Amino acid sequence: MSDHPAGPDTVRHVAELARVDLDDDEVDQFAEQFADILDYFETIEDVPEVDREAELVNVMRPDEERESLTQEEALSNAESSEDGYFKGPNVS
Amino acid sequence: MTENVYITEERIDGEGEGQLAGKTVAVKDNISTEGVRTTCGSAMLDEYVPPYDATVVERLKEAGATINGKTNMDEFGMGTTTETSAFGATDNPAAPGHVPGGSSGGSAAAVAAGEADLALGTDTGGSVRCPAAFCGVVGIKPTYGLVSRYGLIAYGNSLEQVGPLAPSVEGAAELLDVIAGEDPNDATTRERPDTDYAAAADGDVDGLRIGVPTELVEGADEGVVEQFWSAIDKLEAQGARYHEVSLPSVKHAVEAYYVIAMSEASSNLARFDGVRYGQSGGFDGNWNEAFSAARREGFGDEVKRRILLGTFALSAGYQDKYYKKAQDARAWVKQDFDEALSEADVLASPTMPITPFELGESLDDPLKMYLADANTTPVNLADLPAISVPAGEVDGLPVGIQFVGPAFGEEQIIRAGSALD
Repeated sequence: MSDHPAGPDTVRHVAELARVDLDDDEVDQFAEQFADILDYFETIEDVPEVDREAELVNVMRPDEERESLTQEEALSNAESSEDGYFKGPNVS
Repeated sequence: MTENVYITEERIDGEGEGQLAGKTVAVKDNISTEGVRTTCGSAMLDEYVPPYDATVVERLKEAGATINGKTNMDEFGMGTTTETSAFGATDNPAAPGHVPGGSSGGSAAAVAAGEADLALGTDTGGSVRCPAAFCGVVGIKPTYGLVSRYGLIAYGNSLEQVGPLAPSVEGAAELLDVIAGEDPNDATTRERPDTDYAAAADGDVDGLRIGVPTELVEGADEGVVEQFWSAIDKLEAQGARYHEVSLPSVKHAVEAYYVIAMSEASSNLARFDGVRYGQSGGFDGNWNEAFSAARREGFGDEVKRRILLGTFALSAGYQDKYYKKAQDARAWVKQDFDEALSEADVLASPTMPITPFELGESLDDPLKMYLADANTTPVNLADLPAISVPAGEVDGLPVGIQFVGPAFGEEQIIRAGSALD
């Protein structure tokens, strides 16, 4: 009945996209749970197409310079920084 | 203190003699407090100290309240029991050995145990109303946009609102008076109508029209249903009248809620990379390797589960199947509620279809936990206000009744709830 591929390979692939390492036990456990959960989510297919009213809108302010955090405050939770910048691992 | 109510107990003093002078308010640990650790119940943010206050915290201080601690919660707000916290589960002061509900379980427990006069929680799919019901206190989920989300660490931002918890309806309304209103720092802020929420807690329900959605009563446990109807009887005795209504869309609300919330979570939680904030863990490797390892260490199971399911729901080939259908379901739920509320002042249902789980009971079965949110999630999908008020007990376990109002109809639901106080 279900056509979602909620196997271990899918879990590994999605985990890679989401940048979350998983160990093998976790992969198996999630694959099992995802099968149940996605089976349940499939009932959403019965929902008809419904027009959405655009009632909510973003509230914008003028793009003007204003007070903000100091550089020091902005860096205060970084484990590592250099010359006023965040310092992270190598990109490649 | 045995219930593990607080993650951090640190006192933040208010300013002067405002509306909340002399009152203590416990604040959920996903709401930023300048200079005071804010963890979201996660090992990832174990040492995070926000450099600024959330707007609601500023408003508490201006009103003279003393914040007496940051309360335990499901990690990043993801859970219905407060057991997914990296800092251990909270016990329910109103029903020891049982969960306090989630994800604002610490906040509800603080109020139930008398450790704080009032508390702030956040409600994405029922996270204020569920613990209010399980702990036998009052909780309000405001209309989307009424309370600023600036400084709230985002989980499912199109659904969540900060909301008050209190021992009485009037107390919760008073706290809502302090935190509600426009905020230039929130891009989804909406204009507050001319309201006095505390004054609305006058218990006057003469002539009140109550709609009872059959779908939200049918699925509930027998004892919960009995307590629900006895609360409706009490309201009838005070001049309210009820009629049954049907909301066919709500049978899809839980799946729509989880698809939307998980999708938003997968995006919102991408910021926790251990570089700007969060635990880096000091792992070797390039950016992706170090980042993935930090997130393996920093996030608990439920958070990983939701990030992964959300990433899956948004991935190529599945977006139309899950996310787009969830948006349809959301629009349908809104239509259903609007229609039902055109002939009723408020809608009433049990807040939770069940009584509090025993501690540990639901941890291994996420789907069981998700299904417990059947009565609360539709309200978030429809952006509406709702209140949970105590409605008796079943075998010593608290039961809550929920009143849902039209957008910005907080005064109506407060009035209805106050008649049961």
